[in-house]
Amino acid sequence: MSDAVSAPWLMAAPVVLPLAAGLISVVLPRGRAELAVGVGALILIASSALLQTVTASGTQFMAVGGWTPPLGIGWRLDFIAALFLTVTALICLVVALFARGYLRRALPAVDERFWPPFLLLWAALAALYLSADLFNLYVALELLTLAAVMLVTLEGNGAALTGAMRYLLVALAGSAAYLLGVAFLYQGAGTLDLAQAAAGGAVPALAVALMTAGLMAKGALFPLHGWLPPAHAAAPAPGSALLSGLVVKGAFYVLLRLWFEAEPIAGTTRQILGLLGVLAIGWGALLALRQARLKLVVAYSTVAQLGYLLLIFPLAEGAWRTAALSGGLYLALSHSMAKGAMFLSAGLVLYAAGHDRIAELRGLASRAPMTLFAFALAGVTLMGLPPSGGFIAKWQLLTAALGGGQWPWAVVLLAGSLLTAGYTFRAVASTFGSAPAQRDFRTPPRSLEWLALGLALAALGIGFLAADWLPRLEAAFR
Amino acid sequence: MNGAIYGVVGIVLFAIGLYALFVRPHVLHKLIAGNVAVSGVFLVLLRSGHGAPDPVSQAMVLTGIVVAVAITGFAAALLVRMARVTGRATLGRSSGP
Repeated sequence: MSDAVSAPWLMAAPVVLPLAAGLISVVLPRGRAELAVGVGALILIASSALLQTVTASGTQFMAVGGWTPPLGIGWRLDFIAALFLTVTALICLVVALFARGYLRRALPAVDERFWPPFLLLWAALAALYLSADLFNLYVALELLTLAAVMLVTLEGNGAALTGAMRYLLVALAGSAAYLLGVAFLYQGAGTLDLAQAAAGGAVPALAVALMTAGLMAKGALFPLHGWLPPAHAAAPAPGSALLSGLVVKGAFYVLLRLWFEAEPIAGTTRQILGLLGVLAIGWGALLALRQARLKLVVAYSTVAQLGYLLLIFPLAEGAWRTAALSGGLYLALSHSMAKGAMFLSAGLVLYAAGHDRIAELRGLASRAPMTLFAFALAGVTLMGLPPSGGFIAKWQLLTAALGGGQWPWAVVLLAGSLLTAGYTFRAVASTFGSAPAQRDFRTPPRSLEWLALGLALAALGIGFLAADWLPRLEAAFR
Repeated sequence: MNGAIYGVVGIVLFAIGLYALFVRPHVLHKLIAGNVAVSGVFLVLLRSGHGAPDPVSQAMVLTGIVVAVAITGFAAALLVRMARVTGRATLGRSSGP
């Protein structure tokens, strides 16, 4: 609370700046891309400053507009929220820079429609990370869904519109279930603050179950994942990067707060969630191996990778709780960056070849080597090879599995890495060899290739920050 | 206080709405079913108050109505566009490109 003067403005910046820029970009069509990039740089600076503030003076609270909860909106900034804000700002800034060059060249019709929902999505994510109570989380989730569905519709063809509609309807059912859970919790505990409810010892299991089911639908967690691949594959590449990298993690973020700040349910329910994770890893990877189009491979890979996040629930028990939780958060962050890089590379493949049918990409590696390198490098993080962020995450989860005597989960973790290697290698390998003469591939712009590669390198690079981040993530859940 | 009726009716509406949302093929039916389900949730929310009247539960219902109107309006516009482009108002089987 020592930063009482500067912190409120700083805390508002990640929500207010993209929201204002989004509204401006609806009215003023010229210079939207430049506006988004400029605002993005400011948000990244503000988020980094917030990370410093949290490190120096601990968790920050803020009542928006001076109205105190429960009737006002309460914001809370802890280390996890600050870290998610910063990583989100980094990914969104890279995506903005990428979209600025990519859409003009590849999809000029989409260029003018992309920026307002993109900026709205950014604001919704920031509001989600900061929200302190369960009802404000609901509002933030709805804003996020609305912006995400808009991104899916952008190309305007039948597949995009149908995929968006299915996504919206699943999300509608999910939010109804979540809100019913909130109602039961408020009835039982008399508060919307999860920590307070848990302290009072009154968190009804039914409320938690309903909220969990709703969040699993929104976060495409198995078996409620069916809407994800068509929707994520139908969006333009920068949009897919946001959807797979950040939007589904938003629901996971709430789920994690719900289960591990209050510890509502222990035992078998957690094992069931873990089993669903195993099914997601296997099913997602099998379907990723069978897809004919590159974007669908990447989208099914998201289904599989989200399964790992469900493994946290059985693993975070007893002495190994903090190891599993910090590993899970690390996995979410590194997957965000790696999946963003993968979809941006897939977009460049689409630009270079004019399509993304894997069987007809032979010879692309010699025309766009850097694009394929970025794709493969992102795959390294997903596989969990050292020194990537994915490696640190899986190491933590493995430690928790073996240390806690739950070795079957460790087998799943390792087998999942093999499957990931399988579909990544299949996609990359199809681009080698000499191209048949009748194929004319375009060379993707070098600046865009650097952006995709930069994001893949960042996913690799956060492995080196583990010594600094892991202890603080563990402390956040103690 | 005969508030229990709100809770019971609310849960029944939620169940009916959710069921229809999944089984009805026409997207407009699905959309209306979703709104029925959410209205059921609002009834439960009204019932959830502590002390009468509880401003928190009323504020939640009001905000929820605003959110539901926004989502429904957007979904209706999306449905019209989808029906024009694809020529049908159902989702069909999982759609490839």
